[in-house]
Amino acid sequence: MSMSFDLYREIILDHYKNPRNKGTLKAPDAKWRENNPLCGDVLEMQLKISKDKKLEDIKFSGDGCAISLSSASILTEMVKGKPLDEILKIDKKKLLGELGIDPGPSRIKCALLSLKVLKMAVYSYLGKEIDRETKDL
Amino acid sequence: MFDAKKIRKDFPALQKKVHGKPLAFLDSAASSQRPTQVLDAMRAYFEEYNANVHRGIYEYSEMATQKYEGARRKIAKFINSPSEKEIIFTKNCTEAINLVSNSWGRSNIHKGDTILLSQMEHHSNLVPWQMLAKEKSARLEFIPLGDDFKLDLHEYEKLLHRHSPKIVSFTGVSNVLGTITPAKQIVKMAHDSGAVAMVDGAQSVPHLPTDVQQLGADFLAFSGHKMLGPTGIGVLHGKAEILNSMPPFLGGGDMIKNVEFREATYADIPYKFEAGTPPIAEVIGLGAAVDYLHKLGMQHVREHEKKLVRYALEKFDGLSGITLYGTRDLSSRGGVFSFNLKGIHPHDLASILDQEGVAIRAGHLCAQPLVQKLGAVATARASFYVYTLEEEIDQLALGFQKAQKAFGV
Ligand SMILES: Cc1ncc(COP(=O)(O)O)c(C=O)c1O
Repeated sequence: MSMSFDLYREIILDHYKNPRNKGTLKAPDAKWRENNPLCGDVLEMQLKISKDKKLEDIKFSGDGCAISLSSASILTEMVKGKPLDEILKIDKKKLLGELGIDPGPSRIKCALLSLKVLKMAVYSYLGKEIDRETKDL
Repeated sequence: MFDAKKIRKDFPALQKKVHGKPLAFLDSAASSQRPTQVLDAMRAYFEEYNANVHRGIYEYSEMATQKYEGARRKIAKFINSPSEKEIIFTKNCTEAINLVSNSWGRSNIHKGDTILLSQMEHHSNLVPWQMLAKEKSARLEFIPLGDDFKLDLHEYEKLLHRHSPKIVSFTGVSNVLGTITPAKQIVKMAHDSGAVAMVDGAQSVPHLPTDVQQLGADFLAFSGHKMLGPTGIGVLHGKAEILNSMPPFLGGGDMIKNVEFREATYADIPYKFEAGTPPIAEVIGLGAAVDYLHKLGMQHVREHEKKLVRYALEKFDGLSGITLYGTRDLSSRGGVFSFNLKGIHPHDLASILDQEGVAIRAGHLCAQPLVQKLGAVATARASFYVYTLEEEIDQLALGFQKAQKAFGV
């Protein structure tokens, strides 16, 4: 199989065409928005957080390529209902594993934009110092 | 006769396969490929007479200086400059524009002055002026883009009257739309209103015959790497009179006549603007690139690209779901195509095309405000040059269909 089919696997195209958790929340407890400076894509995530610091609900919105939008869709499914401290432990390897692709150097930013946006939203909610890996995403 | 198939044989990088497919390199607007003639000229410098220029009193240095200055003369002749003293070597087109915004700009732009640009500038002819305007509290105005993807000269006339700009700086060919601007006319109108005129020639000098005396601009900037030359070398052409009136840009060796502890007198042009050891091999390489283009004949290069544009327009018209940006008027259209396929982000399209051996550009194309104005977040772009074949446009169109199939659109 050629790599283009690997990159645009069923799961990627499925989430691109039928995004899960797309939209906005009425009264989000946290939100974050980032640009992918290479292509001008934008991604925003909105979070509803419970008293015991679990992610009750999450929505994403934005413009972007199949890689960045399906990554956002898949990530929201991964984290819904999870405690925030667990979410902060998700690293790029874990997300890429879920996506099942090796995006290569020119597309890795697209694939990881969602993780950056989500973690920044969580950090901003917790008022915690942003860790190095998140900054470098 | 102009024969792109034969020309291709001079370009080693075009002979390779990518992902097992023959390479269709359709991103020359970003950076062109280089022929062996250019590589050989650079190698000869390193192997046969490697030395600094203007310094050593020995065989190698004298030869290096001779070749280096010889390249300056070739480049002067290539754009019909009245004197090689008007050719200043920079790192790239961007640095040439920054030279003007810093040297001319900081001594001529004052509070409340207007700098007039166009809506289709590359970031490199926008951001330096934004920086200058901020520093000087000057204002930026923009010649608008009409619905026909050309600059609106009526509005331009009005802007000249309303703001009496100090400088008008605009692109010769848009790197997004391919629009060829009526540069001579824009320059004349600027001069008639008392403004200095600068042309960003990054996309025009490699593709169109250029005659700076006819053009009449005070400044013309361009990059070597987009015209078969190496990276790391750009050119600023300036009229001697205005260059003589300007302070140096960078200070250091080579740009001085006499130095004392507390002050220095500066060298004459062009050296006044060439501080430090220049990119010698790159200048010699650009000289060879200019020889190569001169041999092909720039009029022939233009005709070849025009044919490709006609072919591509016909080909793309037959495709479904494609949005093309740019004029269909071939006389003002260079070999640059920006487009979007419905339902496929340009990044995804570029990734799929890459697997088909087709190299295109995708993104905001270093012209974010313009791409936004077109109503897009990003676009894909294919661009042509002397070695581009109709077959490569076919390969591109096939790639479109593959992408559409993969995405089910
Ligand atoms: C119209 C235009 N101006 C300026 C530039 C900048 O050229 P460089 O990056 O070589 O300085 C480019 C390159 O993309 C361009 O297309």
